[in-house]
Amino acid sequence: MNITPDAIVYWQMGYVKVTATLVFTWVIMALLAACSWLVTRRLSTDTRLSRGLNFLEILVIGIRGQIRDVAGQNPDRFLPFIGTLFLFIVVSNLLVIVPGYQSPTGSLSTTAALALCVFVAIPVFGIADRGLWGHLKTYIRPHPLMLPFNVLGELTRTMSLAIRLFGNIMSGSMIAATVLAIAPLLFPILLNALGLLIGVIQAYIFSILALVFIASATRVRQVEDQSHPPCETG
Amino acid sequence: MDNVELIGMVSIITAGVTIGFGAPITAICEGWAVSRAKTELAQQPDAAPTISRTLFIGVAMCKSSAIYGFVVSMILIFANPFWNHVVAASGRQ
Repeated sequence: MNITPDAIVYWQMGYVKVTATLVFTWVIMALLAACSWLVTRRLSTDTRLSRGLNFLEILVIGIRGQIRDVAGQNPDRFLPFIGTLFLFIVVSNLLVIVPGYQSPTGSLSTTAALALCVFVAIPVFGIADRGLWGHLKTYIRPHPLMLPFNVLGELTRTMSLAIRLFGNIMSGSMIAATVLAIAPLLFPILLNALGLLIGVIQAYIFSILALVFIASATRVRQVEDQSHPPCETG
Repeated sequence: MDNVELIGMVSIITAGVTIGFGAPITAICEGWAVSRAKTELAQQPDAAPTISRTLFIGVAMCKSSAIYGFVVSMILIFANPFWNHVVAASGRQ
């Protein structure tokens, strides 16, 4: 039993290995790109939309609404990055119902790469919003003594993003394999259904946490600019 | 008892202890968070989207400590570096 699809090597030349993780990542990328291309091939201003177009619109509107609720800012800046993260993770988690498929998010290399993207995106968005000096000042935000803790927090939250996604998906496939050895008749189906639920929730949580981190790096100026209406308490 | 048996035994026991302590404590804390969120939901149904979203994020944060324990125990069982080293050194399979 492998705990990671990295161990399955399809082709190898020297240090260059084509593992199952890589192959299925390519499959998902091709799938997402092909579906989007097929659906948006014939865009028109007609009022009657095709089913695929309707679905994509629901998806994009839903993601925009979530971003606006969480970040409290204009969602257009975050939509490409957060939406891509969410769609990639959710598709790679949902395809586990296809037999023979190994979810690339069940490998620490994929999740670490995604978390590194978030790690790079936080200063990029912060610097684009407040300038280099303004972003660096957030590291000494309450007091300069907090500098090591802020830097440490940057690193550990990236690591926890990666390990959380990896652990959840890996535990799902691991438990399914264990149950398959004990009670192979009906229970693996139930656990697969639970795995689908967990996959969607983890994709949601990964992208929401990435959004929260990015928004916290860009938010302060917005708060300073706007005069907040007092919160209504119910 | 030679080194291979000793390392195997310690690895398995440690894996069990890791998940055995990590999972229940996290489960208790998660249950507490969920119960508080349910109370708030009953008191303020209007704030349901905000409460459930922050609940999801909070539970995921809590859950990650159990997941760390799980990952460590899985590494101890399936990808133990000490085990591999000892087996390679002693020439056994």
